[in-house]
Amino acid sequence: MSVQNLNTFDPFADEGDPLGSSTQDVGSQSNYIHIRIQQRNGRKTLTTLQGLPKEYDLKKLLKAFKKEFACNGTLVDDEESGQVIQLQGDQRLKISTFLVQEGIPKNTIKVHGF
Amino acid sequence: MSEEPLFDPSLKKRKKKTVAFSEDPLGADADPTTPAPAEIDNVTTNGDAVDMGPTTMHEQMLKQNAGPEDGEKKEDDDLKAMFGDLKKKKKKKEIPLDLEGDGSGTSTPVGAAVSEDLDFSDLKKKKKKSSKKAALDLEAFEKELNESKVKDADEEEGGDENQLQDVDETELGDDPFSRGGEGVSLDSGNEPWLKSDRDYTYEELLHRFYAQLHASNPALLTSAGKRYTIAPPQLAREGNKKTIFANVSDICKRMHRQPEHVIQYMFAEMGTTGSVDGSGRLVIKGRFQQKQIEHVLRRYIVEYVTCKTCKSPDTLLSKENRIFFMSCESCGSRRSVNTIKTGFQAQVGKRSKNKTG
Repeated sequence: MSVQNLNTFDPFADEGDPLGSSTQDVGSQSNYIHIRIQQRNGRKTLTTLQGLPKEYDLKKLLKAFKKEFACNGTLVDDEESGQVIQLQGDQRLKISTFLVQEGIPKNTIKVHGF
Repeated sequence: MSEEPLFDPSLKKRKKKTVAFSEDPLGADADPTTPAPAEIDNVTTNGDAVDMGPTTMHEQMLKQNAGPEDGEKKEDDDLKAMFGDLKKKKKKKEIPLDLEGDGSGTSTPVGAAVSEDLDFSDLKKKKKKSSKKAALDLEAFEKELNESKVKDADEEEGGDENQLQDVDETELGDDPFSRGGEGVSLDSGNEPWLKSDRDYTYEELLHRFYAQLHASNPALLTSAGKRYTIAPPQLAREGNKKTIFANVSDICKRMHRQPEHVIQYMFAEMGTTGSVDGSGRLVIKGRFQQKQIEHVLRRYIVEYVTCKTCKSPDTLLSKENRIFFMSCESCGSRRSVNTIKTGFQAQVGKRSKNKTG
Protein backbone atom coordinates (compact mmCIF):
# COMPACT_ATOMS: atom_id res chain seq x y z
CA MET A 1 0.00 0.00 0.00
CA SER A 2 1.27 3.37 -0.80
CA VAL A 3 0.31 6.58 0.88
CA GLN A 4 0.89 9.45 -1.41
CA ASN A 5 1.51 11.93 1.36
CA LEU A 6 4.40 9.94 2.68
CA ASN A 7 6.26 9.92 -0.58
CA THR A 8 9.45 11.84 -0.17
CA PHE A 9 9.70 14.80 -2.41
CA ASP A 10 12.69 17.06 -2.54
CA PRO A 11 11.46 20.54 -3.40
CA PHE A 12 14.96 21.69 -4.15
CA ALA A 13 15.74 18.93 -6.60
CA ASP A 14 16.63 19.90 -10.11
CA GLU A 15 13.56 19.65 -12.25
CA GLY A 16 15.41 19.51 -15.50
CA ASP A 17 14.29 22.34 -17.68
CA PRO A 18 10.62 23.13 -17.33
CA LEU A 19 10.46 24.97 -20.63
CA GLY A 20 11.99 22.30 -22.77
CA SER A 21 15.15 23.18 -24.61
CA SER A 22 14.61 26.92 -24.46
CA THR A 23 16.49 27.49 -21.24
CA GLN A 24 19.13 29.27 -23.24
CA ASP A 25 17.11 32.45 -23.50
CA VAL A 26 15.36 32.29 -20.16
CA GLY A 27 17.16 34.06 -17.42
CA SER A 28 20.59 32.68 -18.12
CA GLN A 29 22.42 35.82 -18.92
CA SER A 30 25.94 34.83 -18.19
CA ASN A 31 26.59 32.31 -20.92
CA TYR A 32 25.98 34.56 -23.84
CA ILE A 33 28.82 35.26 -26.21
CA HIS A 34 29.10 39.00 -26.50
CA ILE A 35 30.57 40.71 -29.53
CA ARG A 36 31.10 44.39 -28.92
CA ILE A 37 32.52 47.29 -30.79
CA GLN A 38 34.38 50.30 -29.56
CA GLN A 39 35.33 53.46 -31.36
CA ARG A 40 38.92 54.54 -31.49
CA ASN A 41 40.32 57.65 -33.01
CA GLY A 42 39.08 58.56 -36.45
CA ARG A 43 37.31 55.84 -38.35
CA LYS A 44 39.06 53.12 -36.43
CA THR A 45 37.25 50.61 -34.31
CA LEU A 46 37.95 47.68 -32.05
CA THR A 47 35.94 44.50 -31.79
CA THR A 48 35.90 42.47 -28.62
CA LEU A 49 34.68 38.93 -28.21
CA GLN A 50 33.80 37.90 -24.70
CA GLY A 51 32.22 34.95 -22.98
CA LEU A 52 33.28 32.06 -25.18
CA PRO A 53 32.81 28.65 -23.58
CA LYS A 54 35.84 27.21 -21.86
CA GLU A 55 36.29 24.34 -24.26
CA TYR A 56 37.51 26.58 -27.04
CA ASP A 57 41.17 27.41 -27.28
CA LEU A 58 41.15 31.16 -27.54
CA LYS A 59 44.70 31.31 -28.75
CA LYS A 60 43.99 29.10 -31.72
CA LEU A 61 40.74 30.88 -32.38
CA LEU A 62 42.53 34.19 -32.42
CA LYS A 63 44.99 32.87 -34.91
CA ALA A 64 42.16 31.70 -37.14
CA PHE A 65 40.40 35.05 -36.82
CA LYS A 66 43.50 36.96 -37.71
CA LYS A 67 44.09 34.88 -40.77
CA GLU A 68 40.47 34.81 -41.86
CA PHE A 69 39.63 38.46 -41.37
CA ALA A 70 43.07 39.78 -42.29
CA CYS A 71 43.37 41.91 -39.19
CA ASN A 72 45.48 42.01 -36.10
CA GLY A 73 44.32 41.17 -32.64
CA THR A 74 45.32 40.17 -29.16
CA LEU A 75 44.18 38.16 -26.23
CA VAL A 76 43.44 40.35 -23.22
CA ASP A 77 43.12 39.13 -19.67
CA ASP A 78 40.37 40.87 -17.79
CA GLU A 79 39.62 40.44 -14.11
CA GLU A 80 35.87 40.30 -14.54
CA SER A 81 35.31 38.79 -17.94
CA GLY A 82 38.29 36.48 -18.19
CA GLN A 83 40.07 36.21 -21.48
CA VAL A 84 38.81 38.45 -24.22
CA ILE A 85 39.71 38.38 -27.88
CA GLN A 86 40.29 41.83 -29.23
CA LEU A 87 40.47 42.50 -32.94
CA GLN A 88 41.19 45.57 -34.99
CA GLY A 89 38.36 46.96 -37.04
CA ASP A 90 34.69 46.17 -37.14
CA GLN A 91 34.65 42.37 -37.34
CA ARG A 92 31.34 41.82 -35.61
CA LEU A 93 29.41 40.29 -38.46
CA LYS A 94 32.36 38.26 -39.60
CA ILE A 95 32.91 36.87 -36.13
CA SER A 96 29.29 35.92 -35.69
CA THR A 97 29.08 34.20 -39.05
CA PHE A 98 32.35 32.42 -38.34
CA LEU A 99 31.11 31.18 -34.97
CA VAL A 100 27.79 30.09 -36.40
CA GLN A 101 29.56 28.18 -39.14
CA GLU A 102 31.65 26.44 -36.53
CA GLY A 103 28.49 25.19 -34.92
CA ILE A 104 27.83 27.62 -32.09
CA PRO A 105 24.09 28.23 -31.84
CA LYS A 106 23.14 31.63 -33.06
CA ASN A 107 20.89 32.48 -30.15
CA THR A 108 23.80 32.39 -27.75
CA ILE A 109 25.66 35.07 -29.67
CA LYS A 110 24.83 38.67 -28.90
CA VAL A 111 26.12 41.34 -31.19
CA HIS A 112 26.23 44.73 -29.56
CA GLY A 113 27.02 48.14 -30.89
CA PHE A 114 25.51 50.59 -33.30
CA MET B 1 -4.02 13.20 -37.81
CA SER B 2 -3.13 11.62 -41.08
CA GLU B 3 -3.92 14.82 -42.90
CA GLU B 4 -1.16 16.51 -41.01
CA PRO B 5 1.28 17.01 -43.92
CA LEU B 6 -1.40 18.78 -45.89
CA PHE B 7 -2.36 21.11 -43.12
CA ASP B 8 0.68 22.80 -41.76
CA PRO B 9 0.14 26.56 -41.73
CA SER B 10 3.38 27.14 -39.90
CA LEU B 11 5.28 26.22 -43.04
CA LYS B 12 4.44 29.42 -44.73
CA LYS B 13 4.50 31.57 -41.66
CA ARG B 14 8.04 30.86 -40.66
CA LYS B 15 9.22 32.63 -43.75
CA LYS B 16 7.57 35.82 -42.75
CA LYS B 17 9.76 36.45 -39.79
CA THR B 18 12.63 37.95 -41.60
CA VAL B 19 15.68 39.99 -40.79
CA ALA B 20 17.21 39.35 -37.43
CA PHE B 21 18.75 42.13 -35.49
CA SER B 22 22.24 40.85 -35.85
CA GLU B 23 22.31 42.53 -39.20
CA ASP B 24 22.18 46.22 -39.67
CA PRO B 25 18.54 46.81 -40.58
CA LEU B 26 19.38 49.90 -42.56
CA GLY B 27 21.79 47.96 -44.66
CA ALA B 28 25.51 48.35 -44.38
CA ASP B 29 25.66 50.11 -47.69
CA ALA B 30 22.83 52.52 -46.99
CA ASP B 31 23.84 56.02 -47.91
CA PRO B 32 24.53 57.92 -44.71
CA THR B 33 23.75 61.23 -46.38
CA THR B 34 20.16 60.37 -47.08
CA PRO B 35 17.90 61.33 -44.24
CA ALA B 36 16.71 58.54 -42.02
CA PRO B 37 13.00 57.81 -42.00
CA ALA B 38 10.86 60.17 -40.03
CA GLU B 39 9.63 57.47 -37.75
CA ILE B 40 11.16 54.48 -36.13
CA ASP B 41 9.13 51.60 -37.26
CA ASN B 42 9.50 47.93 -37.51
CA VAL B 43 10.07 48.34 -41.20
CA THR B 44 13.30 49.93 -42.32
CA THR B 45 14.02 52.28 -45.17
CA ASN B 46 14.80 49.35 -47.39
CA GLY B 47 11.31 48.11 -46.81
CA ASP B 48 12.35 44.89 -45.20
CA ALA B 49 10.84 44.04 -41.91
CA VAL B 50 12.89 44.12 -38.76
CA ASP B 51 12.28 41.33 -36.36
CA MET B 52 10.58 42.85 -33.38
CA GLY B 53 10.27 39.44 -31.83
CA PRO B 54 7.97 36.67 -32.89
CA THR B 55 4.79 37.79 -34.53
CA THR B 56 1.53 37.10 -32.86
CA MET B 57 -1.29 35.26 -34.49
CA HIS B 58 -3.20 38.47 -34.86
CA GLU B 59 -0.45 40.10 -36.84
CA GLN B 60 -0.11 37.11 -39.05
CA MET B 61 -3.76 37.34 -39.89
CA LEU B 62 -3.26 40.97 -40.72
CA LYS B 63 -0.40 40.18 -43.00
CA GLN B 64 -2.31 37.52 -44.80
CA ASN B 65 -5.16 39.84 -45.44
CA ALA B 66 -2.75 42.26 -46.98
CA GLY B 67 -1.83 39.60 -49.48
CA PRO B 68 1.55 37.97 -50.07
CA GLU B 69 2.60 40.31 -52.83
CA ASP B 70 2.38 43.30 -50.52
CA GLY B 71 5.32 42.07 -48.50
CA GLU B 72 7.80 43.38 -51.01
CA LYS B 73 6.20 46.78 -51.30
CA LYS B 74 7.28 49.87 -49.44
CA GLU B 75 5.47 50.47 -46.24
CA ASP B 76 4.09 53.77 -47.49
CA ASP B 77 1.60 52.17 -49.79
CA ASP B 78 1.20 49.25 -47.48
CA LEU B 79 -1.90 50.51 -45.83
CA LYS B 80 -3.51 51.61 -49.05
CA ALA B 81 -2.75 48.31 -50.69
CA MET B 82 -4.18 46.49 -47.75
CA PHE B 83 -7.48 48.20 -48.06
CA GLY B 84 -7.54 47.73 -51.78
CA ASP B 85 -6.73 44.09 -51.47
CA LEU B 86 -9.31 43.51 -48.83
CA LYS B 87 -12.04 44.85 -51.02
CA LYS B 88 -10.93 42.88 -54.01
CA LYS B 89 -10.75 39.70 -52.09
CA LYS B 90 -14.14 40.10 -50.62
CA LYS B 91 -15.63 40.59 -54.03
CA LYS B 92 -13.88 37.61 -55.49
CA LYS B 93 -14.43 35.16 -52.74
CA GLU B 94 -17.98 36.11 -51.96
CA ILE B 95 -19.24 34.12 -54.87
CA PRO B 96 -17.68 30.81 -53.94
CA LEU B 97 -18.74 31.28 -50.37
CA ASP B 98 -22.30 31.74 -51.41
CA LEU B 99 -22.16 28.60 -53.43
CA GLU B 100 -20.67 26.84 -50.48
CA GLY B 101 -23.27 28.23 -48.20
CA ASP B 102 -25.57 25.26 -48.38
CA GLY B 103 -23.48 23.51 -45.76
CA SER B 104 -22.84 26.39 -43.45
CA GLY B 105 -24.95 29.43 -42.89
CA THR B 106 -22.21 31.35 -41.13
CA SER B 107 -19.49 31.33 -43.74
CA THR B 108 -17.52 34.54 -43.57
CA PRO B 109 -15.26 36.60 -45.79
CA VAL B 110 -12.45 36.26 -43.27
CA GLY B 111 -12.18 32.64 -44.24
CA ALA B 112 -10.58 33.88 -47.43
CA ALA B 113 -7.52 34.93 -45.52
CA VAL B 114 -7.22 31.52 -44.01
CA SER B 115 -7.63 29.79 -47.30
CA GLU B 116 -4.68 31.69 -48.63
CA ASP B 117 -2.58 30.36 -45.85
CA LEU B 118 -3.28 26.82 -46.81
CA ASP B 119 -2.15 27.31 -50.35
CA PHE B 120 1.21 25.76 -50.92
CA SER B 121 1.05 25.89 -54.67
CA ASP B 122 3.13 28.57 -56.31
CA LEU B 123 1.88 32.05 -57.04
CA LYS B 124 1.34 31.49 -60.71
CA LYS B 125 -1.00 28.69 -60.18
CA LYS B 126 -2.86 30.62 -57.56
CA LYS B 127 -3.50 33.54 -59.83
CA LYS B 128 -4.81 31.28 -62.50
CA LYS B 129 -7.01 29.61 -60.02
CA SER B 130 -8.43 32.73 -58.48
CA SER B 131 -9.40 34.13 -61.84
CA LYS B 132 -11.21 30.98 -62.74
CA LYS B 133 -12.47 30.39 -59.31
CA ALA B 134 -15.88 31.97 -59.46
CA ALA B 135 -16.88 29.88 -62.43
CA LEU B 136 -15.39 26.62 -61.35
CA ASP B 137 -15.99 26.61 -57.67
CA LEU B 138 -19.18 24.65 -57.66
CA GLU B 139 -17.41 21.98 -59.57
CA ALA B 140 -14.57 22.09 -57.11
CA PHE B 141 -16.91 21.73 -54.21
CA GLU B 142 -18.48 18.67 -55.72
CA LYS B 143 -15.10 17.25 -56.37
CA GLU B 144 -14.09 17.91 -52.83
CA LEU B 145 -17.14 16.15 -51.60
CA ASN B 146 -16.26 13.13 -53.66
CA GLU B 147 -12.73 13.21 -52.40
CA SER B 148 -13.76 13.39 -48.82
CA LYS B 149 -15.99 10.43 -49.38
CA VAL B 150 -13.07 8.55 -50.82
CA LYS B 151 -10.96 9.56 -47.88
CA ASP B 152 -13.55 8.44 -45.43
CA ALA B 153 -13.72 5.14 -47.15
CA ASP B 154 -9.99 4.88 -46.97
CA GLU B 155 -10.01 5.59 -43.33
CA GLU B 156 -12.60 3.01 -42.64
CA GLU B 157 -10.31 0.51 -44.18
CA GLY B 158 -7.92 1.52 -41.49
CA GLY B 159 -5.23 2.41 -44.00
CA ASP B 160 -3.34 5.35 -42.63
CA GLU B 161 -0.70 4.85 -45.26
CA ASN B 162 -3.33 4.86 -47.94
CA GLN B 163 -4.49 8.15 -46.62
CA LEU B 164 -1.02 9.57 -46.74
CA GLN B 165 -0.57 8.52 -50.30
CA ASP B 166 -3.86 10.01 -51.19
CA VAL B 167 -2.87 13.28 -49.62
CA ASP B 168 0.42 13.24 -51.39
CA GLU B 169 -1.24 12.75 -54.70
CA THR B 170 -3.53 15.64 -54.20
CA GLU B 171 -0.64 17.77 -53.11
CA LEU B 172 1.63 16.98 -55.98
CA GLY B 173 -0.93 16.77 -58.73
CA ASP B 174 -1.47 19.99 -60.62
CA ASP B 175 -5.21 19.79 -60.33
CA PRO B 176 -6.16 23.26 -59.19
CA PHE B 177 -9.62 22.34 -58.05
CA SER B 178 -8.57 20.04 -55.31
CA ARG B 179 -6.43 22.74 -53.78
CA GLY B 180 -9.20 25.26 -53.99
CA GLY B 181 -11.59 22.92 -52.32
CA GLU B 182 -9.13 22.29 -49.54
CA GLY B 183 -8.61 25.98 -48.98
CA VAL B 184 -12.22 26.94 -48.59
CA SER B 185 -12.84 24.11 -46.25
CA LEU B 186 -11.81 26.06 -43.19
CA ASP B 187 -14.96 28.13 -43.03
CA SER B 188 -17.01 27.64 -39.97
CA GLY B 189 -19.15 24.55 -40.16
CA ASN B 190 -16.81 23.13 -42.74
CA GLU B 191 -13.64 22.43 -40.78
CA PRO B 192 -11.37 19.68 -42.04
CA TRP B 193 -11.78 17.60 -38.92
CA LEU B 194 -15.50 17.22 -39.49
CA LYS B 195 -14.89 14.95 -42.43
CA SER B 196 -12.69 12.56 -40.53
CA ASP B 197 -12.71 11.24 -37.01
CA ARG B 198 -9.31 12.65 -36.16
CA ASP B 199 -8.73 15.19 -33.44
CA TYR B 200 -8.34 18.81 -34.37
CA THR B 201 -4.88 20.29 -33.95
CA TYR B 202 -4.06 23.34 -31.93
CA GLU B 203 -3.19 25.32 -35.05
CA GLU B 204 -6.54 24.57 -36.61
CA LEU B 205 -8.40 25.64 -33.56
CA LEU B 206 -6.36 28.80 -33.39
CA HIS B 207 -7.25 29.59 -36.96
CA ARG B 208 -10.85 28.90 -36.28
CA PHE B 209 -10.79 31.20 -33.30
CA TYR B 210 -9.26 34.05 -35.22
CA ALA B 211 -11.52 33.54 -38.19
CA GLN B 212 -14.53 33.80 -35.95
CA LEU B 213 -13.10 36.67 -33.97
CA HIS B 214 -12.51 38.71 -37.09
CA ALA B 215 -15.82 37.70 -38.52
CA SER B 216 -17.74 39.00 -35.53
CA ASN B 217 -15.73 42.20 -35.21
CA PRO B 218 -14.21 43.20 -38.52
CA ALA B 219 -13.05 46.47 -37.00
CA LEU B 220 -10.10 44.65 -35.49
CA LEU B 221 -8.38 44.24 -38.81
CA THR B 222 -8.87 47.78 -40.03
CA SER B 223 -8.16 49.69 -36.85
CA ALA B 224 -4.76 48.11 -36.39
CA GLY B 225 -3.07 50.87 -38.35
CA LYS B 226 -2.07 52.47 -35.08
CA ARG B 227 1.68 52.18 -35.02
CA TYR B 228 4.21 52.88 -32.39
CA THR B 229 6.21 55.81 -33.63
CA ILE B 230 9.01 57.80 -32.17
CA ALA B 231 10.66 60.93 -33.40
CA PRO B 232 14.00 60.29 -35.08
CA PRO B 233 17.04 61.17 -33.01
CA GLN B 234 18.45 64.60 -33.74
CA LEU B 235 22.20 64.50 -33.83
CA ALA B 236 24.74 67.26 -34.08
CA ARG B 237 28.49 67.17 -33.98
CA GLU B 238 30.25 69.04 -31.26
CA GLY B 239 33.79 69.66 -32.30
CA ASN B 240 35.48 66.66 -33.81
CA LYS B 241 35.01 63.91 -31.30
CA LYS B 242 31.68 64.41 -29.65
CA THR B 243 28.13 63.91 -30.82
CA ILE B 244 25.16 65.71 -29.36
CA PHE B 245 21.92 63.83 -29.11
CA ALA B 246 19.43 66.68 -28.78
CA ASN B 247 16.05 65.07 -28.25
CA VAL B 248 16.85 62.32 -25.75
CA SER B 249 14.44 63.58 -23.16
CA ASP B 250 11.73 63.86 -25.76
CA ILE B 251 12.24 60.30 -26.91
CA CYS B 252 12.44 59.02 -23.35
CA LYS B 253 9.16 60.74 -22.56
CA ARG B 254 7.60 59.10 -25.59
CA MET B 255 8.79 55.70 -24.46
CA HIS B 256 7.86 56.32 -20.82
CA ARG B 257 11.33 55.48 -19.67
CA GLN B 258 13.77 57.20 -17.39
CA PRO B 259 16.43 59.02 -19.41
CA GLU B 260 19.08 57.56 -17.12
CA HIS B 261 18.10 54.05 -18.09
CA VAL B 262 18.07 54.81 -21.79
CA ILE B 263 21.38 56.62 -21.61
CA GLN B 264 22.95 53.82 -19.62
CA TYR B 265 21.84 51.33 -22.22
CA MET B 266 23.13 53.44 -25.08
CA PHE B 267 26.52 53.90 -23.50
CA ALA B 268 26.81 50.21 -22.72
CA GLU B 269 25.85 49.24 -26.25
CA MET B 270 28.04 51.73 -28.01
CA GLY B 271 30.98 51.29 -25.70
CA THR B 272 31.47 54.97 -24.99
CA THR B 273 30.82 57.49 -22.31
CA GLY B 274 29.24 60.89 -22.21
CA SER B 275 27.23 63.30 -20.18
CA VAL B 276 24.04 65.31 -20.16
CA ASP B 277 24.53 69.03 -20.62
CA GLY B 278 22.58 71.90 -19.08
CA SER B 279 19.75 71.93 -21.58
CA GLY B 280 19.01 68.24 -21.30
CA ARG B 281 20.96 67.18 -24.35
CA LEU B 282 23.17 64.15 -24.32
CA VAL B 283 26.80 64.57 -25.25
CA ILE B 284 28.26 61.30 -26.51
CA LYS B 285 31.95 60.74 -26.88
CA GLY B 286 32.73 59.54 -30.37
CA ARG B 287 31.29 60.12 -33.79
CA PHE B 288 27.92 58.65 -34.45
CA GLN B 289 25.45 58.90 -37.26
CA GLN B 290 21.76 59.16 -36.95
CA LYS B 291 21.11 55.68 -38.24
CA GLN B 292 23.51 54.21 -35.75
CA ILE B 293 21.76 55.83 -32.83
CA GLU B 294 18.46 54.83 -34.31
CA HIS B 295 19.59 51.24 -34.48
CA VAL B 296 20.54 51.28 -30.84
CA LEU B 297 17.22 52.85 -29.90
CA ARG B 298 15.37 50.24 -31.90
CA ARG B 299 17.05 47.53 -29.92
CA TYR B 300 16.30 49.32 -26.69
CA ILE B 301 12.64 49.42 -27.64
CA VAL B 302 12.59 45.74 -28.46
CA GLU B 303 14.32 44.83 -25.25
CA TYR B 304 12.87 47.24 -22.74
CA VAL B 305 9.74 48.86 -24.13
CA THR B 306 7.58 46.47 -26.11
CA CYS B 307 5.78 43.80 -24.19
CA LYS B 308 7.10 40.39 -25.13
CA THR B 309 3.68 38.86 -24.86
CA CYS B 310 1.39 41.22 -26.70
CA LYS B 311 3.96 43.50 -28.35
CA SER B 312 2.25 46.57 -26.98
CA PRO B 313 4.60 49.46 -26.22
CA ASP B 314 2.36 50.48 -23.37
CA THR B 315 4.58 49.19 -20.58
CA LEU B 316 6.03 50.37 -17.31
CA LEU B 317 9.50 49.69 -16.01
CA SER B 318 9.92 49.47 -12.28
CA LYS B 319 12.80 48.47 -10.09
CA GLU B 320 12.37 46.03 -7.26
CA ASN B 321 15.23 44.58 -5.26
CA ARG B 322 17.77 45.66 -7.83
CA ILE B 323 15.92 43.92 -10.62
CA PHE B 324 14.00 45.75 -13.29
CA PHE B 325 10.51 44.51 -14.02
CA MET B 326 8.50 45.40 -17.05
CA SER B 327 4.74 45.28 -16.61
CA CYS B 328 2.42 45.64 -19.54
CA GLU B 329 -0.46 48.05 -19.27
CA SER B 330 -2.57 46.46 -21.95
CA CYS B 331 -2.25 42.74 -21.27
CA GLY B 332 -1.08 42.79 -17.68
CA SER B 333 1.90 40.52 -18.15
CA ARG B 334 4.92 41.15 -16.03
CA ARG B 335 8.46 39.99 -16.54
CA SER B 336 11.95 40.82 -15.52
CA VAL B 337 14.26 42.38 -18.04
CA ASN B 338 17.98 41.99 -18.47
CA THR B 339 20.19 44.28 -16.53
CA ILE B 340 22.37 46.57 -18.56
CA LYS B 341 25.92 45.38 -18.58
CA THR B 342 28.83 47.20 -20.03
CA GLY B 343 31.08 44.22 -20.36
CA PHE B 344 34.70 44.37 -21.28
CA GLN B 345 36.03 47.76 -22.21
CA ALA B 346 39.26 47.79 -24.11
CA GLN B 347 41.95 50.31 -23.49
CA VAL B 348 41.49 53.08 -26.04
CA GLY B 349 43.65 56.14 -26.36
CA LYS B 350 46.58 57.15 -24.25
CA ARG B 351 47.16 55.27 -21.08
CA SER B 352 48.28 58.42 -19.32
CA LYS B 353 44.83 59.93 -19.76
CA ASN B 354 43.18 56.91 -18.23
CA LYS B 355 43.20 57.10 -14.45
CA THR B 356 42.83 53.39 -13.89
CA GLY B 357 45.38 52.31 -16.46
